[in-house]
Amino acid sequence: MTDKYTEFVSRGAGRDIARKLGLPQPVVLRRYAPGRPLVEGPVLVQGSGTGADELASILLSWRLDVRRHAVPREKLGAIILVLDGLARPEDLEKPVLGAAASLRDLAPNARVVIISRSAAGAPDPAVAAARQGVDGLLRSLAKELRAGATGNGILLTAAAGTTSPGTLGALQFFLSGRSAFVDGQFLTVTSGLGQLPDDAGTPLAGKVAVVTGAARGIGAAIARTLYRDGARLVVVDVPAAGGDLAKVANEVHGTALQLDISREDAGQRIIGHAVERHGRLDIVVHNAGITRDKLLVNMGQDRWNAVIAVNLAAQLRINAALLASVHFRSSPRIVSVASTSGIAGNRGQANYAASKAGVIGMVRATAPLLAAHGGSINAVAPGFIETAMTARMPFATREVARRLNSLQQGGEPGDVAEAIAFLASDAAGGISGEVLRVCGQNLVGA
Amino acid sequence: MSVNGESASGPQESAPAAAPAAAPQLRNAVVVGGNRIPFARTGGAYTRSSNQDMLGAALEGLIARFGLQDERIGEVAAGAVLKHSRDFNLTREVVLGSALAAETPAYDLQQACATGLEAVLGLANKIKLGQIDSAIAGGVDSASDAPIAVSEGLRGVLLDLNRARTIPQRLRILSRLRPRDLAPDAPNTGEPRTGLSMGEHQALTTAQWKITREAQDELAFNSHRNLAAAYDAGFFDDLITPYRGLGKDANLRADTSIEKLATLKPVFGRNLGAQATMTAGNSTPLTDGASTVLLASEEWADAHGLPKLATVLDGEAAAVDFVHGKDGLLMAPAFAVPRLLARNGLTLADIDFFEIHEAFAGTVLSTLAAWEDEEFGRNRLGLAGAFGSIDRSRLNVNGSSLAAGHPFAATGGRIVASLAKMLHAKGPVGGRPARGLISVCAAGGQGVVAVLEAR
Repeated sequence: MTDKYTEFVSRGAGRDIARKLGLPQPVVLRRYAPGRPLVEGPVLVQGSGTGADELASILLSWRLDVRRHAVPREKLGAIILVLDGLARPEDLEKPVLGAAASLRDLAPNARVVIISRSAAGAPDPAVAAARQGVDGLLRSLAKELRAGATGNGILLTAAAGTTSPGTLGALQFFLSGRSAFVDGQFLTVTSGLGQLPDDAGTPLAGKVAVVTGAARGIGAAIARTLYRDGARLVVVDVPAAGGDLAKVANEVHGTALQLDISREDAGQRIIGHAVERHGRLDIVVHNAGITRDKLLVNMGQDRWNAVIAVNLAAQLRINAALLASVHFRSSPRIVSVASTSGIAGNRGQANYAASKAGVIGMVRATAPLLAAHGGSINAVAPGFIETAMTARMPFATREVARRLNSLQQGGEPGDVAEAIAFLASDAAGGISGEVLRVCGQNLVGA
Repeated sequence: MSVNGESASGPQESAPAAAPAAAPQLRNAVVVGGNRIPFARTGGAYTRSSNQDMLGAALEGLIARFGLQDERIGEVAAGAVLKHSRDFNLTREVVLGSALAAETPAYDLQQACATGLEAVLGLANKIKLGQIDSAIAGGVDSASDAPIAVSEGLRGVLLDLNRARTIPQRLRILSRLRPRDLAPDAPNTGEPRTGLSMGEHQALTTAQWKITREAQDELAFNSHRNLAAAYDAGFFDDLITPYRGLGKDANLRADTSIEKLATLKPVFGRNLGAQATMTAGNSTPLTDGASTVLLASEEWADAHGLPKLATVLDGEAAAVDFVHGKDGLLMAPAFAVPRLLARNGLTLADIDFFEIHEAFAGTVLSTLAAWEDEEFGRNRLGLAGAFGSIDRSRLNVNGSSLAAGHPFAATGGRIVASLAKMLHAKGPVGGRPARGLISVCAAGGQGVVAVLEAR
């Protein structure tokens, strides 16, 4: 599953050849490992107003090398552009063009993060226009970045400011190697809830997490990542996948639950197992999913029903059990795996896309129900990820699919897992009802 | 039907010893759960798997199911009937290769087909005595990867060669070799003292107790039907971990019928003519597989947040003199069960699930026939009359060895884990805990039986 092309063009002669021929030049992305610094290099904080000042002082307390003014030709680890006070479109020019001059100085795998206010619910059209302008700005900027650098945005609602826990949590996620394959995306901070971890290395310490579909691929990567972040794991998969599931369970020191999640009592079984064996339940990751691809015109009842039953109906039923349970009331977190197919559609995947779009609808509607217990629910939509499944694609199709994003490479299962681990953490407590794409800013979709 | 609970010991055995005056206070040993790999027919999915591989896979699944990673278990005991000499420390080697703490002690044991059940009983006794708090019992067998030994003649030559010092000595020793010495010595299921295979022995017993072909085929059919239904109900979801692409017991024929079974030709006791009734359908095939059972004290189970499915109430072993034809080779359980129930003040009517290992359909039916026989009860069991009959609807309700297959040492663990789960689901019966009886016959004229009680 290694991307040989990326390795080839990342150094030496391969890099020169690709440059001369104008071939895509993906780089090996900076990915998180325990102990790695949040950002490699100085962080330039641009933007006027108290929001930027307060944020800069917090960044200093994180022991980052903070700049309020660009030093020409100094390589930067990150640029943070704070635009929380936009009142009209003309307000964009100064800070945006000011920061633009520094884009040239970004180091490989650097980060650009824009913090602005959500246009939804803006008091007047001019404010909304200015705020919405950030959307096009960020998405274009991200496409201009090279060498593994990414650009992402944090949108503040009325309930959040530049130093709200959710804002800081999202900022840490975007700055770090955890967001390696997240590019051109926004996270909306919907409330002032949430809490940064005491120990950045184990943000999930003390939590009990359930991961469905954990025997292989992305599910196994999610289990490993949650374990690395300190969680105790219950790994779930269908009985037929029990052999692989047992290996994952033993690797992450968790317990294996062989269970078909489309069973009527799956929710009760999951809650019962977690509470009986581990004493609590804090996090549920709905990862299990199936594909039964066929052009819609040829789609039979069995393919349609199987996909809807496993990918969507099962999640709804398990969530209903979770919402009704007294054991899921202490800042509970649900994270669902959606798909870019559910956002942009995909030929031959009408059933799958319907199920994944349905997941997004479910997540948005469930957020207010969990808010009563300080909980959150979000979805992660992976793009092209290097898994055993995509390894089976025809060579040419795979090569094209892989390069069709701003980072010009496929993501790793661990990249999806990092996004899920972040959304499952209390640092993301102020983010709920959101969909985060992990797609390297794929050209397909939003 | 007459049941005499006072004295069920045979004439040659003394009555059970009275409890000593200062008996130590015993605590309960509970079955937490089990895990096995699906059983494969010999030459099937596990052809290339060794006993270590299979027992390791079963153990890894158990560790995963109950979160035992890095746990120091009190003791692990398991065994195999067909065992390579290199596997002298099979169980400890499997533990070392597992996710358990390396500080977990382990030992091998072997009592033919009763190996798995004896492992459970021995470890349960240690828990009851307070010597250990947790234990894993297991068993494994591969008829595919069976050891093949050199002949006695060649072995003698090789050992003498090793001791020889000069070339002339070596040549003299080598000259003893004869072509027949080069033929390998493959294992077989024949009894060393009679030369008869287990099937041929059972054929004699089956004929002796006048067990009909139809009755045997019906028992085999029920075994397949019950096992298939158990799979459909998800009964094995937390008892089995798939291995090498196999998710269900390969021997299971969900679509078999009495009619299909009736078409099979007899394979054992063919010299009995019309009385030849034992076919490949109503006899267990050679099988590969492994099973494990997690046992614990109640305190250990509670402290680890683990379930308590059943208590291991008691066990009993028996043996018969089959060499001189006094009893059938596989009839020892017919003696062990009456003794065990009597010691615990129980009768057959007090049992809610009967798990009688189906080595052959004829074995189960001969045992039941002996219990229902007045003469056998009086003369052989020392009772006033027949020991009694069982409610057949309580017999092997989720299938047994005829359908699942029978990897010798793994069968005990399969039964204990399944029965414990059934008992737990059944709960109390008329104000008392549901009870299950396990009966396993074994080579050498032996049998081990046990009673479990629901928790």
